[in-house]
Amino acid sequence: MTMLRHVAIAVACGALLLLLSYRLDLYRDLQFAEVAAEVGAVAGLTVLIGISGQISIGHGAFMAIGSYAAALLLLHQHWNIGYVIVASGLVAAAAGGIMGIAAARLRGPYLAGATLMLAVALPSLADKYQSVFGGDQGLSVSITPPAALGATFPLQRWFVWLSCAATLVLLVLLANLVRSRIGRSWRAVRDDEIAASLAGLNVARLQILAFVVSAACAGVSGTLYAMVTTIVTPDAFTLTLSIGLLTAAVLGGLGSLLGAVWGAAILVLAPPFLQDFATSHGFSSAVSSNVPIAAYGVVLIVVMLVFPAGIQGGLRRLLGPAAPVAAAPFSALRRHAPAREEKEEGTV
Amino acid sequence: MNRSHRLGFVPLAGLAALALVVAACGSSSGSGKKALTASATGITAKTITIGSHQPLTGIAAPGYDEIAPASNAYFQYVNAHGGVYGRKIKYIYLNDQYNPSITVTVVNQLILKDNVFAIFNGLGTPTHLAVVKTINADHVPDLFVASGCECWNQPKTYPDTFGWQLDYVREGKILGNYVEQHFKGKKIGLFYQNDEFGLDGIKGLKYEIPAKQIVAAEPYNAAASNPSQEVGTAAAKLKAAGAQVVISFSVPAFTALLRLSELGVSYNPQNVVSDVGSDPITLEGLLNSFAKKSGSFGKSLLQGIITDGYLPSLGDTTNSWIKLFTKIHNEYIPKLPLDGNVLYGMAVAYTFVQAMFRAGRNPTRASVLAAVNGLPQAVAVAPFAYSLTDHNGITGAYMAEIKNGVLVPIGPVQVTDDTPTGAITTYSGTQPSAPASGIP
Amino acid sequence: MQEFIEFTLGGLASGIIYSAIALSLVLIWRGTRVLNYAQGGMAMFTTYVALTVINDTGGNYWLGFLAALAAGFALGAVLERGVVRPTVGKPPLNSVIVTIGILIFIEGLAGIIFYNGQSASFPPAYSIVSLKVGSIALGVSWNDVFTAAAVLAAAVLLAALFRYTTVGLRLRATAFNASVSRLLGVRVGRVLTLGWALAGLIGALAGVLVTPTTFLNPNSMDAIFVLGFTAAVIGGLDSPVGAIVGGLVLGVVLSYVGGYLSADLIELAGLAALVLVLMFRPSGLFAPTAVRRV
Repeated sequence: MTMLRHVAIAVACGALLLLLSYRLDLYRDLQFAEVAAEVGAVAGLTVLIGISGQISIGHGAFMAIGSYAAALLLLHQHWNIGYVIVASGLVAAAAGGIMGIAAARLRGPYLAGATLMLAVALPSLADKYQSVFGGDQGLSVSITPPAALGATFPLQRWFVWLSCAATLVLLVLLANLVRSRIGRSWRAVRDDEIAASLAGLNVARLQILAFVVSAACAGVSGTLYAMVTTIVTPDAFTLTLSIGLLTAAVLGGLGSLLGAVWGAAILVLAPPFLQDFATSHGFSSAVSSNVPIAAYGVVLIVVMLVFPAGIQGGLRRLLGPAAPVAAAPFSALRRHAPAREEKEEGTV
Repeated sequence: MNRSHRLGFVPLAGLAALALVVAACGSSSGSGKKALTASATGITAKTITIGSHQPLTGIAAPGYDEIAPASNAYFQYVNAHGGVYGRKIKYIYLNDQYNPSITVTVVNQLILKDNVFAIFNGLGTPTHLAVVKTINADHVPDLFVASGCECWNQPKTYPDTFGWQLDYVREGKILGNYVEQHFKGKKIGLFYQNDEFGLDGIKGLKYEIPAKQIVAAEPYNAAASNPSQEVGTAAAKLKAAGAQVVISFSVPAFTALLRLSELGVSYNPQNVVSDVGSDPITLEGLLNSFAKKSGSFGKSLLQGIITDGYLPSLGDTTNSWIKLFTKIHNEYIPKLPLDGNVLYGMAVAYTFVQAMFRAGRNPTRASVLAAVNGLPQAVAVAPFAYSLTDHNGITGAYMAEIKNGVLVPIGPVQVTDDTPTGAITTYSGTQPSAPASGIP
Repeated sequence: MQEFIEFTLGGLASGIIYSAIALSLVLIWRGTRVLNYAQGGMAMFTTYVALTVINDTGGNYWLGFLAALAAGFALGAVLERGVVRPTVGKPPLNSVIVTIGILIFIEGLAGIIFYNGQSASFPPAYSIVSLKVGSIALGVSWNDVFTAAAVLAAAVLLAALFRYTTVGLRLRATAFNASVSRLLGVRVGRVLTLGWALAGLIGALAGVLVTPTTFLNPNSMDAIFVLGFTAAVIGGLDSPVGAIVGGLVLGVVLSYVGGYLSADLIELAGLAALVLVLMFRPSGLFAPTAVRRV
């Protein structure tokens, strides 16, 4: 029943987006496609952190794996883009599995450190094996709209269609997964590992699965991003990107798929907006390029202190009676850090 | 053969230029002053809008982030003194953080949203390679890419793209030729950035230096986590190999680190550094606090570094170009250091204004491309290669030594081509002085 | 042999910096269970403070040095009291995001206040010319010796503070069990602020020591922080000794890999070292007997 509802919602959204793609100019189409491309990675991360209770500070690494896999398949195998998207998701999922096996043993900052270092180290493979990965010039990714759409069909609109379609499919799958037995088990593990394992859940396997799912999403998202930007390079997958994904998930509202959409929109749309703002207010170059950075930092701090449930949490608070769902992922995360302070609060 | 090829084209290009100038003069004198129209995308009766992608923040920013403000300062100067046929230049430069994916995004913004007339001086090899196809597919003039990669010289594939600075292969040849003549039989070590920049440079060097003379080649990764550790290791290996001359194709921060690392392992070879990594003011900015702590190596760590230059030396304060740019610097961007990057930014902006004047009162994208072919020499010490079949920029440089913090020429201007066998010859022409108005 | 000595000593010289960053992370982690992602950014900022003081006093290095330490102490305290405290007792991700926010803000702020388009030169305390034994260059300089001595001295002073003073006892007690400490009359809040201040000071020390070779710009501490964090994770976030050892081990391993294998492999080697250690010791080399809260 939920499956049907989710599909129905997705189809409705898809129809709306289709109409929208005709209303926008080509530049907005591209921005739109870019937002849609990033949603997948943010959604995967929000499920990993918000639902399964594990952290990743290097999720850009999985986007990199997915996008390089896609670029290589397109270059050498000339696969249909649909198959490429699926295959790159699977490759990233495999990498996520390996990371997940390590992750299942690690907690809090140790896991954060391992994922961080993964994101730092992985791009250097591209420089090491230049003949395969193209060094710092990377690999170009070029796709064309199917001939059936006509010769004048703009590429940008095709990007929107593909990104939205692939992302909607991802979101439907994620929404169902989160509401399935697996999703419930993840929450149980997140809330209390020991209790979950006493109740017969295989904690390690569930945690690995969460990494697999989340990495697959990042892989698909990386492929879409590579397609929209027409290139894959190591410089695209810096720590800045990984931290951007993390902050997007949090700003949007952790654990919420809709929140992932808001987060991705901020990630893509805020920088040009802020730069335009700073430039148009006549700041000097050094200042105008740094004002957006400082402002973003302030926003992160303020949101976390005042609005810890992110945009989606805020919307829920505005639109309806306080929904406990929004707060749940946060309380659950306490497991990461056995702060003595909390114990006190819990017992007193 | 290559010489005759070159020589064959210079007069042709000159003729073409002459024809254009005559045509421009003819039209303006014949029918009085034509009204200014919105003759192309990005051009109105009052403005010319151009755009660029530049690293303004992030690890690649330091130094490079001065170039666009410097270009803009020159444009403001032109705007304040009558503009280009009365039109003011509006320069939109967006931050791509040296990330090719972001380059794609910002160039799309420039072309699709800001409707720029041309992309000007987009910075970086990997970044610009990410957009060169799109720019050409949209037939937007892609003028004077800020990178010495050979890749911009593909008139058939990329008819709208032009390089500007001395390309790395030519530069490698000129440096290699000098080392081969002046350090005969010495053991040579190479230190280079492991990308197009370093590899093209090494390619040019190897056209001139026999392979057996090269005893060590140490690449570095510009994005290294701990550059000082990486360069320290490289210095130790160059020393162990017994290299007496170290030729570097490195960016300034890595040139500076190499000097420091050499001190750190008690190693004092003759350093030869390509233009990109040898700007004395930038290097001094990085090293000035070391000078008094560097022990027996003298007052300045830079003393005696051999390099090449394709723009006049900032140390030559009597040079008309340096005077002009110093004046503009002091007026518009006094807070930035007057270094090689600022000089570069203004010089390339000057070239753009030159091209716009040649493109006529009501320029089109086609007319500006035609204007670039055969563009006369101005700020650079050597002529441009621009022709219908060659989109490389500056063709030569002079050898120089850093003495007391300035570049002192130690040889004549030499020009060459980018082929393995093309001769390196002394340039016989003279560089024109800057116009008194400061405007082409 | 010459190369081996150079690689080893060079690795230790780099490693001691990672140790210092790691130590500052451990100080905060033990006290507040917060991992301070802004540590590198804070050190960058305090180094700019030092440079400003040095330039304004006509090149007085030691005034700048002290100014950086004081600024680091103050910055740590202010940040803890101002924006980190409200996240205590909240889920750890809140503090992760807040410290990342601080990092981003500080880098932007430094870009606005200090940065002029170029990396700045920051002076070393002593000569950077290699020391020699006979004709063999050791590949370390007086400045490297000073760097190592400064970090080790700071570590020893910290250890003494923790062990022999009342303040230290409170710090330890709070790190061990904040609620019990509070019941025993310790002003936990003040103690936590002090912990951050001390960490800020150690971070600032690392900043002035490493910046001569990284040059100073808003991002100049980013990569150093990542390596310092890696060192802390390798050593174990609860162990100051682990932080020092972790940094040195990482420095030497990376130096050997860069020297004997290839510079391209340095980051991958860092990852490999991290994964290898965590595979056998999920809480680092010097983890106290495995504590997992039940």
